[in-house]
Amino acid sequence: MNLNESTAHELLGLIKEKKTTPEAVHISVKKAIELHDPKVKAYVRVDHDKARPTSRANGKFPIPIAIKDNICIKGREVTCCSRILEGFKPPYNATVIEKILEAEGILIGQANMDEFAFGSSTENSVFGPTRNPWNTKCVPGGSSGGSAAAVAAHEAIWALGSDTGGSIRQPASFCGIVGLKPTYGRVSRYGLIAFASSLDQIGPLTKDVTDNALLLNIIAGHDHRDSTSVNVPVPDYTKSLTKDLKGLKIGIPKEYFIEGLDPEVKFAITAAIELLKKSGVTFKEISLPHTEYAVATYYILATAEASSNLARFDGVQFGQRFQPAAPRKTPIVDMYEETRDRGFGKEAKRRILLGTYSLSSGYYEAYYLRAQKVRTLIKNDFDLAFSELDAILTPTSPTTAFKIGEKSDNPLAMYLSDIYTISANLAGIPAISIPCGFSKDGLPIGLQILAKPFAEEMIFRIAYSYEQSTDWYKRKAPLN
Amino acid sequence: MIFETIIGLEVHLQLNTNTKIFCGCANLFGKESNTLVCPVCLGLPGTLPVLNQKALSSAIKIALALNCQVNPYIKFDRKNYYYPDLPKGYQISQYDLPVASHGWVEIPDKQAGAPSDHRVKRINIKRAHLEEDAGKSIHDQTLNASLVDYNRTGTPLMEIVSDPDLRCAQEAYDYLTTLKLILQYLNVSDCDMEKGSLRCDANISIRPLGEQKFGVKAEVKNMNSFKAVKMALEFEENRQRQLLLSNQRVVQETRLWNEEKGMTFPMRSKEEAHDYRYFPEPDLVPFMVRESMIEEIRASLPELPHAKLERFLKEYQISEYDAQILIQDPTLSGFFEECVKRTSMIKKVCNWLIGPVLQELNLRKVNIQQIGLQTQELVNLIDKVEQGVLSNLVAKDVFKLMLDTGKTVDTIVAEQGLTQVSDDSVLEKIVEEIINDNEKVIAEIKQGKTSAMGFLVGQAMKKTQGKANPKKIGDLIKRRFENG
Amino acid sequence: MNQTNQQKGKTVFSDQDVNYLGRLARIYLSQEEIVSLTKNLGGILQYIEKLEKLNVSGIQPTSHVLPLQNVYREDQVLPSLSQEDVMKMAVSPHHGFFKVPQVIE
Repeated sequence: MNLNESTAHELLGLIKEKKTTPEAVHISVKKAIELHDPKVKAYVRVDHDKARPTSRANGKFPIPIAIKDNICIKGREVTCCSRILEGFKPPYNATVIEKILEAEGILIGQANMDEFAFGSSTENSVFGPTRNPWNTKCVPGGSSGGSAAAVAAHEAIWALGSDTGGSIRQPASFCGIVGLKPTYGRVSRYGLIAFASSLDQIGPLTKDVTDNALLLNIIAGHDHRDSTSVNVPVPDYTKSLTKDLKGLKIGIPKEYFIEGLDPEVKFAITAAIELLKKSGVTFKEISLPHTEYAVATYYILATAEASSNLARFDGVQFGQRFQPAAPRKTPIVDMYEETRDRGFGKEAKRRILLGTYSLSSGYYEAYYLRAQKVRTLIKNDFDLAFSELDAILTPTSPTTAFKIGEKSDNPLAMYLSDIYTISANLAGIPAISIPCGFSKDGLPIGLQILAKPFAEEMIFRIAYSYEQSTDWYKRKAPLN
Repeated sequence: MIFETIIGLEVHLQLNTNTKIFCGCANLFGKESNTLVCPVCLGLPGTLPVLNQKALSSAIKIALALNCQVNPYIKFDRKNYYYPDLPKGYQISQYDLPVASHGWVEIPDKQAGAPSDHRVKRINIKRAHLEEDAGKSIHDQTLNASLVDYNRTGTPLMEIVSDPDLRCAQEAYDYLTTLKLILQYLNVSDCDMEKGSLRCDANISIRPLGEQKFGVKAEVKNMNSFKAVKMALEFEENRQRQLLLSNQRVVQETRLWNEEKGMTFPMRSKEEAHDYRYFPEPDLVPFMVRESMIEEIRASLPELPHAKLERFLKEYQISEYDAQILIQDPTLSGFFEECVKRTSMIKKVCNWLIGPVLQELNLRKVNIQQIGLQTQELVNLIDKVEQGVLSNLVAKDVFKLMLDTGKTVDTIVAEQGLTQVSDDSVLEKIVEEIINDNEKVIAEIKQGKTSAMGFLVGQAMKKTQGKANPKKIGDLIKRRFENG
Repeated sequence: MNQTNQQKGKTVFSDQDVNYLGRLARIYLSQEEIVSLTKNLGGILQYIEKLEKLNVSGIQPTSHVLPLQNVYREDQVLPSLSQEDVMKMAVSPHHGFFKVPQVIE
């Protein structure tokens, strides 16, 4: 097996036993990128020079990692795959990047994404779409589609993404890998270019559950630069992996198994439930009654925050600036309007305007404030459910990966593809997607496990046990 | 027709914390452009604010001094608008849960009667909240562009909003001076309008006396001193009155005060309809202001101007005029109290402070702390005058030298040989000389023009470069005439 | 924005609304864009209207999903960026300032 097709924990073992070196791993990943990325287009920037491994001390992780293009790396261009940020080189590192560098991780490149993480398919990128390594006519999911495709195509050993409404889990599901959205506040957001501040979390995309726990070990923790980061001790997440599941209670929300759920996905989830029962898990049908309001709530809150977060992209300080050929209003207003017209893509404009609407005078109560109240109801649903459950199990997405272009003209249909992932962001709880089967067409299917805040250990424990009793995660993408 | 003027003021106060409100950049004035900035205050993508604890405690301090209710639960909100000096496209401010509300200050009520009546008028404070300051734009005509400096961005600001309780420009002026004095006592800001650490915007409208409904108001900006506020409001009051008297309408608008022309003008830019789209700042968590925290800050409050005035009158038996002057500067009144701990000559200390000392402070544009004068030295100087060692005249020169050189009274007196001459034998000789030199005057005095005696004393002082004890000289001259 | 546009249970979303939003958000919109955005946003807003079915009286809004409070920093000075580094990022640097088209007051 090629080195690049291994997991991080396998490679760390090999390096420790001196059977390989970080350099060899790096070269193998580099070759994969050269070979496959022209087709997959997972990366928007690859930088092998700056990515040279520095040491191989014990306890370090000299593993090539792909970074979503919305996480700041000092001195390297970061664009959120938007024209408006072209040329912007932040003078600082995101906290997660500092942690990766401290662990001697190798920043091989920046991964494609939907512009400002606005999307579920990675089609809304100024650099063009990324393709699904399992079927290059299909999308990899989004918005962390580049990160997920890089891992699935073995162009990275692991990757970081960000998840605001499913942007780690849905592409993980579409690409047949493991993706975790940690509890809100578990990982510092400092240096993550914000989409929706109250929903965003950075998380790991990996080939298996063990790697996911390892990468979370590296990036989790309190950060004094992020007021919303929580000062809760970080356990060694790998410690809980092998605990058995006897006596655990998992809920199956009936609202997730309704019209629109692909029968193949439903079948795979049902099979997974049966398998977990054999490990001693008790399942219970539950109700999360406000589920049907999650998408509407999310699109009000997320776009409102985004409309404000993206106000700083105005051509004044950094990035791109445009001036119209002929003056329309005052020079400064013309500059703002032209810069933001030409700098933002279609979906970004749509969301900024939607968010502006729900915050504007006369509409705030009916939209924004009401959505914040419904958010409370959605959160209460989970609080109540977790009062007697260890976890909740659902599909990650109602379908497998769809075709490129299939939903690009129908924003609402695109928004509805996040229907199963959005609630975890609204409730702030951790959730993982792990491979649980394939469609007849050979596309991966993802299983989502959710737990209460800071119960990532519980999630990993269930996910690992399931993973080890299957071999879905061992399949390799055909790259055609 | 008689009109009534309605004025409300918004005061923006820069807090003198070490660092900015949401980042660790130094909070300093007058540095080179864009050198006091970091990724956070520049609003670079991905950065996040963290509240400076000192800014909140200063805000609570102000709230308590202004008799406000401190809200137990406060949060920050985003105020969204576009301006080049606002790097994030929103200002972090407070909307519905500010630090404080429902306060008041008392100003002299000059309309109610003579100032000596001590009547006061209560001006209500609607709210006081914390926010971040914006940067500064310079509009460069030659470049046909604006230049932005973000050093000021993120300076902690306290916005203090009064109710529309002020009824004339003079009241607005009195409110501002009262407010400024309280704020100076708290030592939370340098309150310097020239540096922009205290800024004031006004809302003003007029209505026929007796009318309950408010008139259409104008917002007046760009006033750079309290005097300018007063003048701008007087101008605006008159402008609105003229409009109404000629059956025209007052337009609701923002007007800028033009100091040179002494007039207000409407802003040139057509402002887009304001829709600030306030919403809770998701990057900052809410704050519970616990009773214990409020009590701790309350206990740390200094004595405020009004209380100090009362106490000075009672404790030191000085005139209200003197006391008023002393309390105008908390450092000066503090210095006064230190001095009178060391001497019983309260009135003398007071005269020195509001006389020569204040004169020098104003001349040098510093306060008593900055000038580096020790209380012991001033007391020593006063003692020397009392003991007759120095004349008042020489003492004033010595005082200036003390400030210039930082030397002690004793050193200067010794170095300059300034000790007052009181030795009779020496003085006798001088008097002898003067009498010999001024025969004409002597003759006049002998004819009964005793007022010319003062001239002789002056001559003696001149001769001794002010070192002669004038009282003794006078006595000696008098004795001469009595004797002969 | 026209308040009468919002009638109970039915959002009428017009070109003028989109135009106003574009002005507020400082995005120039061509006529074609306005037409397509009116249609897109109108559809999304109609979907969002389902929230009106819920009774939310007495429900507290959630701004922060975790019960965090009182997160401060000490008033301690940290290094700032150098003017050179700041100007390196500037889209239009001018002798230590950010130059922008003229702002008229």
